[in-house]
Amino acid sequence: MIKGLFVKKKKYATIPTGKVKQDVPEGIMSKCPECKHIMVTKELRKNLLVCQGCQYHYPMSSQERIAALIDEGTFTEYDADMISGNPLEFPDYVEKLEGDRKKTKINEAVVTGAGQIDGRDVTLAVMDSRFRMGSMGSVVGEKITRAIEHAIDKETPFIIFTASGGARMQEGVLSLMQMAKTSVALKRLSDKGLLFISIMTHPTTGGVSASFASVGDYNFAEPKALIGFAGRRIIEQTIRQELPEDFQTAEFLLKHGQLDKVVHRSEMKKTLSTLVKMHTEGRV
Amino acid sequence: MAAELEFERPIHELEKKIAELKSFMDEKDIDLTDEIKRLEDKLSNLENSTYSEMKPWDRVQIARHAERPTTLDYINYLFTDFIELHGDRLFGDDEAIVGGVAFYKDLPITIIGHQRGKDTKENLRRNFGMPHPEGYRKALRLMKQAEKFNRPIICFIDTKGAYPGKAAEERGQSEAIARNLVEMAGLTVPVICVVIGEGGSGGALALGVGNYVHMLENSTYSVISPEGAAAILWKDASMAKKAAESMRITAPDLKELGIIDEIIEEVKGGAHKDPKHQAELIDQVLETSLNSLLSMSEEELINQRYEKYKKIGQFGFVNDSIVVK
Repeated sequence: MIKGLFVKKKKYATIPTGKVKQDVPEGIMSKCPECKHIMVTKELRKNLLVCQGCQYHYPMSSQERIAALIDEGTFTEYDADMISGNPLEFPDYVEKLEGDRKKTKINEAVVTGAGQIDGRDVTLAVMDSRFRMGSMGSVVGEKITRAIEHAIDKETPFIIFTASGGARMQEGVLSLMQMAKTSVALKRLSDKGLLFISIMTHPTTGGVSASFASVGDYNFAEPKALIGFAGRRIIEQTIRQELPEDFQTAEFLLKHGQLDKVVHRSEMKKTLSTLVKMHTEGRV
Repeated sequence: MAAELEFERPIHELEKKIAELKSFMDEKDIDLTDEIKRLEDKLSNLENSTYSEMKPWDRVQIARHAERPTTLDYINYLFTDFIELHGDRLFGDDEAIVGGVAFYKDLPITIIGHQRGKDTKENLRRNFGMPHPEGYRKALRLMKQAEKFNRPIICFIDTKGAYPGKAAEERGQSEAIARNLVEMAGLTVPVICVVIGEGGSGGALALGVGNYVHMLENSTYSVISPEGAAAILWKDASMAKKAAESMRITAPDLKELGIIDEIIEEVKGGAHKDPKHQAELIDQVLETSLNSLLSMSEEELINQRYEKYKKIGQFGFVNDSIVVK
């Protein structure tokens, strides 16, 4: 068609989205998406997926996170086989869940369980942003609630690593209510005098940021993690002005008094271990 | 006259026709009584069928109606000696949330609710009923005060959502909402929440962790607005009508999903048609709910709230063929 002659040719090739999203390096060498520093993947993994060049924290899978934190051989997973239904009969939802299960080898966007940090018992929940962007539906809410209940029964600290785009739209208002469900459980945990540490990793937004992620006895975040309630684009549209570059980063939150500390990944285990020790030893 | 809603147009046309016939009859002195009677019957049937078969989108329109009664309207009808209390003692006073103390019959209570405006001027003052963190912190301050003096708390929910703005983020919108959820879980006094208009996401839920959660028949409660859902799902906000249907956001939907306790009946055509009568319908449910909670101990109240939220959700297990609730 003649019209075709006037269409400007695309300058860039389109990369399939599946490839773009694969942020955890797979090859022998890995190039940092931030500073383009090239590292041997093995070295990068040894460095807890932190770039030696610019300290960029690569996203971590739940499995990697647990391995980096929990004493070897001490982790027992809870409710690994719990899966989502499709309560709203949302088109394509079942297929998307199935796809993410295959891709991540986990059944939902959070892994929960019991383990030890330097020999001390903790109950742990680790969200995984590879699974439906870590969004919270019925299963995520239920697994976290059950984990909190385990922590209460066993009188252990409860530690959560959040990574979530917020409430899961495909389960509608049931997802919203998981914010309330996890909160009633956290209140019970708190009333028992038990420790709750929340570590916000990239990204922690929407309904997850506006529930358990923000109410730890200690609120930490990884460097540069995106943390916020409303999306940047929505805010820009609402207020019709540009936002500062560091808006909604961990450092921005720290500056505005919303965080206790930004913790580098290399310091994470030590920090948590020290706090757990402070709250378990000398307890009367 | 109230703004015309799309689905009500046939009713309004018929009403107009009847009015025309009546004035024609008076002018020309012709007897059209039978014809008018026939049309009036038809109107009554049309009203009944229209209002009994409302689609989700119709309810969204009613929930957002400019003249729909607000928190302050219901406070006026339901309570006496209301004293509004302002400010969070930390930053400021957010007029998108109102709260205070009053008598409900002879019982001292605390009332908190989202407050939108009825005209542009008031809407600007109240930020269209979309709170900042200080609004939620004021609400929490009043809840804690109620707890100290052993007063039941009634929350009216009516917001498009928490305000998405720079200042709100800087002052900790997430933390303010999250804190309310946790603290409401532990309140030692009865908490009754009533969705009176729009229940928009976390901004609504921050006043919504109660022993009972009721919804007016034409109110909505959702994780995202129909427009927002349409924009994400079909990249087209004009598909909101379709999204309203698939997202299951109406009172009957939430009742079926096991999230709310009761649907409060609305006057025919929506609460705005007769706010006073609507308040009476709310009053009946409020009284029953309060009576059943007043006999409970502090511990029972907290446990009842725990169990209520604990059971919300639908999931299954890998080896099950059936998804359990």
